[in-house]
This record gives sequence, structure tokens and C-alpha cells, in this order.
Amino acid sequence: MGRGNSGILVRDTGFRDDDWRGEFVQWSGEEDHSALPDLAALDVENTASAEDIVPLFERIALIRIAFPSHMDGRGFSLARHLRLLGYRGRLRAAGHILADQYTMARRSGFDEVEIDPDFAERQSEEQWLFRADWRTHDYQERLGRRQ
Amino acid sequence: MYRYDSFDREFVRSRVAQFRQQVERRIDGSLTEEEFKPLRLMNGLYLQLHAYMLRVAIPYGTLDSRQMRQLAHIAERWDKGYGHFTTRQNIQFNWPRLKDVPDILDALADVEMHAIQTSGNCVRNITADHFAGAAADEIADPRPTAELLRQWSTDHPEFAFLPRKFKIAVSGSPVDRAVTRAHDIGLRMIRNGVGETGYEVSIGGGLGRTPVIGSVVRDFLPVADLLPYVESILQVYNAIGRRDNIYKARIKITVREHGIDAFRERVEQRFRIQHKAFTSAHQALLKRISAMFAAPAFIEAPTGAFDAALARDPVFRSFVDTNLHPHRNPQYAIVTISLKAHGATPGDATAEQMRVIADLAERYGHDEIRISHEQNCILPHVHKRDVPAVHAALREADLATSNVGLASDIIACPGMDYCNLATARSIPIAQDIATRMKERGDERQVGDLKIKISGCINACGHHHVGHIGILGLDRAGVENYQITLGGDGTETAALGERVGPGFAADDVVPAVERLIDTYLVLRSDEDEAFLATYRRVGMQPFKAALYPDTVLAAGR
Ligand code: SF4
Repeated sequence: MGRGNSGILVRDTGFRDDDWRGEFVQWSGEEDHSALPDLAALDVENTASAEDIVPLFERIALIRIAFPSHMDGRGFSLARHLRLLGYRGRLRAAGHILADQYTMARRSGFDEVEIDPDFAERQSEEQWLFRADWRTHDYQERLGRRQ
Repeated sequence: MYRYDSFDREFVRSRVAQFRQQVERRIDGSLTEEEFKPLRLMNGLYLQLHAYMLRVAIPYGTLDSRQMRQLAHIAERWDKGYGHFTTRQNIQFNWPRLKDVPDILDALADVEMHAIQTSGNCVRNITADHFAGAAADEIADPRPTAELLRQWSTDHPEFAFLPRKFKIAVSGSPVDRAVTRAHDIGLRMIRNGVGETGYEVSIGGGLGRTPVIGSVVRDFLPVADLLPYVESILQVYNAIGRRDNIYKARIKITVREHGIDAFRERVEQRFRIQHKAFTSAHQALLKRISAMFAAPAFIEAPTGAFDAALARDPVFRSFVDTNLHPHRNPQYAIVTISLKAHGATPGDATAEQMRVIADLAERYGHDEIRISHEQNCILPHVHKRDVPAVHAALREADLATSNVGLASDIIACPGMDYCNLATARSIPIAQDIATRMKERGDERQVGDLKIKISGCINACGHHHVGHIGILGLDRAGVENYQITLGGDGTETAALGERVGPGFAADDVVPAVERLIDTYLVLRSDEDEAFLATYRRVGMQPFKAALYPDTVLAAGR
């Protein structure tokens, strides 16, 4: 089983409590996932291979990618890869993410960011909202990089 | 030249506004230095030995007189009246005060410049051939490509937190003046069998403590595939580059550990889904960008004044000899302004000198200036009839040093005088060598010789690709300089080989002189340059000159 869901969600509108009520299943990349409940939520390390998850795309409703450190940008590329491979479900970045990185998370294909409550105390909602205008000043959009 | 549109302008202004707010939070104490650090680094602000240092990007080394005058203004108003041009086509201001930095960034934005991504583990300032758009040997101007990459890499959401910094260089000529093979990605514009232009892509080059010449990952990449393909390379590197050890985090190590073939396979695999990643908007943009880099309206005029000055004036002749390069328009010349006056700090320019260069560019150079990775300034388009006037004006401003490509045209990193990573001084060594070459008075006879000096193993002075490379180390608290020979940063790229034990600071100049004297004896004729002689005869005679038996015996 993955971690629980006691974190605070950050969306374009600010902070909110986690509305996901189900369990998170830890994705190891190796196990047999035939027993996975339908529309499950998957906990994924940032070292996972997006291709390996493709067969499960129709059966999962949420993928949560771990950010062990704000200096580790692997999760951004993993999210982008999942989207390019056709994943349409909910995509969440969780862990050590700075408010200044919110724009990057959204532009990489994440729908939301999950942070611990104590982290939310230091990085106030105001700081996140300051970067919620992630669609403006986007060079990638002008270059035709698809969201 | 590229001109900002409202999009670029608003982007840069919004970044300045964000940074202004962050500086205020730092000054009022709500941000600690540790929290502030990644934010200031995203805007090119370093903390050095004595003060903050601001590194400003000069994308692909191109600027105009208005921008150069603004750099002069910044140097005077907020710094000590000078700036330092680096080996990556940046300019560094060494003494700004923190509270002034947002104003400096605004002043830069006024002239379409910025300091974004000049540090941090992201894609850095894109560099290019400093003769771009002017060189007689060019296939295509590399700057539209470099500008496209600048825009693509700016604030790229996936690549601001890579394992390590990432450097890209573009060359548009078979003659590689951009040292592409020493970059994380090197792009060389080429033509394929049916005459289409594209890129030869190499990856994994780099200097630093583990110098590597890059390997070709794609021998022909169509122009339209550039962004999807480069993005694929970065995605693979972001996923499998090492994050456990800072010294193994560059892509050169990733490529070495996985092998170039396995790395290429991964890139091609990503590239197969990358066609879905972009619309064709970037190609339309590239067209617009290319139009902005159209050649200036060259003038048609007789070049008699040039020929007359050449016949009459030996000082002018020697200037022409070293500081002019062939232009694609035979009536024109590319004029290099040496920032290496004998005994001066390589790459430093005073505000006054910057203004002289700006004036000359405006008056005689179609308003274009370039900065080279060799730390010189260039007027890329000067009609030959105007070269004598340019030369006369440069002489008056003490900028007419005729030594481009010669022994005193040394690349040197800031070293112990500024850099907090330094293990030795590099500027004073460069000054001493240059001063000695002037005393000897034979550097023209010695000819083409690239001496490059780094003040520590990070190799910002590119010593690995110097014909003579000098690396300053710290041996039990004493500066010690290792010498390498045979390095080459061009299309025949090679890493220099270490000759033997290092030298004390005072012994470096005599050692370099012994190398030069040995070369003068060994060369087959005056046309055989130092590097060619070295390649022909090998290291042995040079080693014997550096370490006569007595010295070796004493050292043991
Ligand atoms: S080579 Fe070393 S001393 Fe020189 S600028 Fe780079 S880090 Fe500093």
C-alpha cells in the first residue's frame, strides 16, 4: 500500500483538502496487477518507466508521482511522458515541490500538487496563487509544444 | 538581429518583477540565504569570494550598439566601471549590490537582455559561432537555431531541475569555432546528399574534471525535427542521469556509463512519440526568426583606401594580419577587437571601451557586435574601405592590440582573483605570459598558438583544448600549474595530454617559453603551426624541454 492521503492539495484555485477517498496502491513495476481494483490510485516513484504503466491506463483514475527533493526534476519528465503516451486520468505531484515550481508541474501535465500540512505552513497559499497563472508567458505554448 | 516582440518583453519583465519581490523578501529577512539561493541562481546571481556576481547572457554572442552602451552604463552606475566577458558568451559584473540587482535587470530588459538561466541545473545560455552570418566558410547562419533553442529552453517546465547544468552550442560552418564537441549537445549545421540543411548532433562533450570529446548521436537531423529531438535527449538524460554524485551528474558520464549506442536507442525511442508533442508552430517561428537575421544591406564601394593603408602602414598591416578574417562578401572583413592587451585581464572591458566599440559598430559595422568564447569583441561586417578608420579609432582607445590567435591572445578564467572555487590564480599567469611575449617580440613569428588557463579543475578556461593548456591546482597550500599539450577545440577536436609534474607560479612563464623555443626549432617551416608540429613530432621533445634531467632529478 502507498502512503495515506492526509496531504493538502494545491490547485489553480489554491489549497483544498484531498478529495480522493480510495487507497493508493504502490506501483513497483514488477508485480502482477491483475488484482488491482478498478479505477484505483497508483503511487509511483519518479524512477518508474511510463511505458510499463500503459497497460493499466484504462483501469486507474489517479497517478501520484513522488518528488523526493525539489532539486530532483525527474517527476516532470515522467508526467510529460505519461501524457504523451495517452494517460488522461488525474495526475498528481506529491512531496518536496516549491511554490516556484507550480508552473512547471502544471505545464508538465500534472493536475495538482500535494504537500504536507507543515510544508504548507511555510509555503503559504498566497505564494502558490502567485504562480497559478501558469498559462501566461509560456514559451512552450508559443512553440507549439502540446499541453 | 532578433528583436523581442511583446511576448518576450512581457516575459522578461515578469521575471524581473518576481525577482524584485524575492530580493525584498531576502532583505527584510523573510527568506534565508539558503532559501534565496535557488531563486537568485535562476536569475544569474552568484555569491563569490568578495561580493555578488551577476552573469548576464549575451545569447549566441550577438548584440548591437544600444545593448553594448547599456552594458557600459550598468558597469558605471552599479559596478566598478568594467565588465568581464566570459568563455560562454556572457558578461559578468563582479561588484553589484544585492539591492541594485532588480534595477540592473530592468535596465537589461530595457534593451532586450536578461540574466535568466546563466546558472543552475538547467539549459544554459545557447552559444554559437562568433562569426555567424559573416564568415566566408559558413553553410548557414546558426543564430536562428540558437534563438529557437533559447526560447524553447527558457523556463522549460521539465528541465529546470536536471541532474546538472546543460550547455548547447551551434556552429553553422564546417570550421568549428563554437567548440561544439566540448558541449553537452553540439549542433553542427551540415548538408546531406541531396543538399538539405540539417544538424550533426553530438552529445556528452565537456571539459571539467573529466574532459570528454562529444560523440555523434545523430549524423543528420532534419531542421524540422530539432526541438522534438533535443527534447528527447534531455528527457532521457533527466531520467537516467546520475543524481547521487555531483561529479558524475553531467551527461558525458551518463553516455559513458550506458554507452553511446544504448543512449542513442533510448533517445530514438522517445523521439518516436515526440512527433505528437509539437504542432508545427516552432517551424513557423523559426521562419520568422530567420527573417530577422537577414544580412544587412551591404554597401558597394571601392576598397582602395584599404589597399593603400596596407601598403603604407606596417602597424595597420600587422593588425590586418591577425585581427581580420574573410567575410562572405569579398568587399567586407570581419574585424576582431582584442580584449587581450599585453598585461591586461583577458576579457575585461571598461565602460569607455564598450562605448568605443558601440560607436564603431554603429558607424562602420551595420550596428552589429559579437562576443567570442575566446573573450574578444568582433565587428562582423566592416567594409574594407572603413577598416583603416576603425583601426585608427581603436588605437586611440587602446584597443588595437594585434594579437588575435597569437600566444598572448590567452583565454583565462577569473581564478583566485574572483572565483570561490579556484585553487590557483589564472589572470596573473595570463598577464605574465602576455607581457613576456611582448618583451620577446616574436609572437608573430611564433604564429597561431592557443594558450588557455583555468584556475581549478572545473576548466572554465578550456585548458583541455588549448594547444598549451595550463591548470592551476593547490598542492599543500602552494599554487602548482600543470601543463597539457596538443588540445584542440575545433572540428579536429582533441584533448591535451599532460606532460608531467606541475610548475610553481614563477616557473610557468619560463616553461611556456621553453615550449615555444622548442617548437621554433622543430617546425618544418614557418607555415607549420605549433599544433601541427606537435602532432607530427609528438610529446617527447617538448617533454625533454620542460623537464631537463637536472630538474627531474631535483624533483625526485
Ligand atoms: S575554472 Fe575554476 S577557478 Fe576558474 S572560473 Fe571555473 S570554477 Fe572558477
